[in-house]
Amino acid sequence: MNLTIALARLLIFPGLLFAVPTAWFFLWVERKAVALMQQRIGPPFMQPFFDFIKLLGKTTPARSGVSGLLMKAWPLLAVSAAAGAVGLLPVLPLSGGFQGDLVLLLALMELPSICIIAAGFSSRSIFGEIGSAREAVLTVSYNVVFLLAVVSIAVSQHTFRLEALAQLPASPLRWLGVLAILVCLPAKLHINPFSLPNAEQEIYSGPMIEYAGPELAMWELSHGLEWVAAAGLVATLAVPHFAAGWIDSLLFVSLSFGIVLLLSVLAAATARLAIDTTARFYWRCALMFAGLAIASTLLMRLRA
Amino acid sequence: MNLWSRLMCSCRRRSPWIFHMNSGSCNGCDIELVASLTPRYDAEQLGVRLEGSPRHADILCITGPVTRNSVHAIETVYGQVCSPKAVVAIGSCPATTNVFIDSRVLDGPLNRHIPVDVFVPGCPPRPDAILQGIAKAAEILAERGSRPLVNEENQQ
Ligand code: SF4
Repeated sequence: MNLTIALARLLIFPGLLFAVPTAWFFLWVERKAVALMQQRIGPPFMQPFFDFIKLLGKTTPARSGVSGLLMKAWPLLAVSAAAGAVGLLPVLPLSGGFQGDLVLLLALMELPSICIIAAGFSSRSIFGEIGSAREAVLTVSYNVVFLLAVVSIAVSQHTFRLEALAQLPASPLRWLGVLAILVCLPAKLHINPFSLPNAEQEIYSGPMIEYAGPELAMWELSHGLEWVAAAGLVATLAVPHFAAGWIDSLLFVSLSFGIVLLLSVLAAATARLAIDTTARFYWRCALMFAGLAIASTLLMRLRA
Repeated sequence: MNLWSRLMCSCRRRSPWIFHMNSGSCNGCDIELVASLTPRYDAEQLGVRLEGSPRHADILCITGPVTRNSVHAIETVYGQVCSPKAVVAIGSCPATTNVFIDSRVLDGPLNRHIPVDVFVPGCPPRPDAILQGIAKAAEILAERGSRPLVNEENQQ
């Protein structure tokens, strides 16, 4: 992959130019699905865009010193990491990619969570710190399942290259992995029932509490881009790739949309869990999926 | 007005995020404010979102007759909302101190402490009226945003 193609992927498709409107669209779907579940009409189609522009026009409180600089840096870092993750997705067939880009994708998807933790601590608000602590506990819990699932898929198919993974036929272990990833996504995206770090009612939106104006807009955007990256990763692993290019892309987009819809409906139907219940849930999930994965590997070995 | 500021103006009007603050209200107005966010009245159609932190909000919704204890909190929270901002006083209490008038624990009405843009009278006001007040405040906010400097002077 040479530099021009890499830049084009990062900035145009499926990078920023494509991903930002998609992120707004997914944010709207999230809110609209909740509204429809509650028999409301819900926000207008352009609402995330209006919110974003409005936030850009607001002032931010003056902050001085290193912590002020850091508070400016975290949201930018989160947005660039999420946009980079989207840019790596193999939406177009034959889009290239390189050996090990799956690892880079995982790292980039992890960065926004780390930025949120750091942002809460650098805001020096007690609520921000509680939110960051919760986010840290949540990250440690769901990542065991998430990383195990992705790594076991990659190892079972002998490649860490997204493009190659997308083209291989699915195995039972792969479906198990996709299921495990889906279980982790609500926590990764901080939506109900795992919206602990940004709980508005209990801890005043947690790590985001001190953010205003353009910085808050960047957080919203990074949240939307995380939606795109996460839904895209699942779609990549789940969609069988055929030869015809545009059917692939269409399937990819509609499956991502389906995942967003599914998760939003789940968010609307559930209430927030406590942090200890959440941690216990994910550790149990890890045990269960690990057991199933070992069992299916053994079965495959026996059959072979 | 150029294109950008017109876009900004319209976005401000369509995305009022509110922060709700209680300054010693009897809880009647608070219930009605929450009712206006419920499925029956669906404030989200107007882009309204109830925010957890005053830093995120555009419109400060204050209920209650302003007790002495809450004055300092009101001023702090008003300072924490980033400009452009607007204030909606919900109920008759913040407008006139209502039935609690002449109480010695009060330091109301609200506009003695911070500038109020919209009063929504009623004890308590109906959710429809509260929504109308918020929509009105959003319009004021949008206009104010397009000429920030003049307005800051007016407020002081
Ligand atoms: S206006 Fe009426 S309902 Fe509202 S806080 Fe005052 S007394 Fe209670």
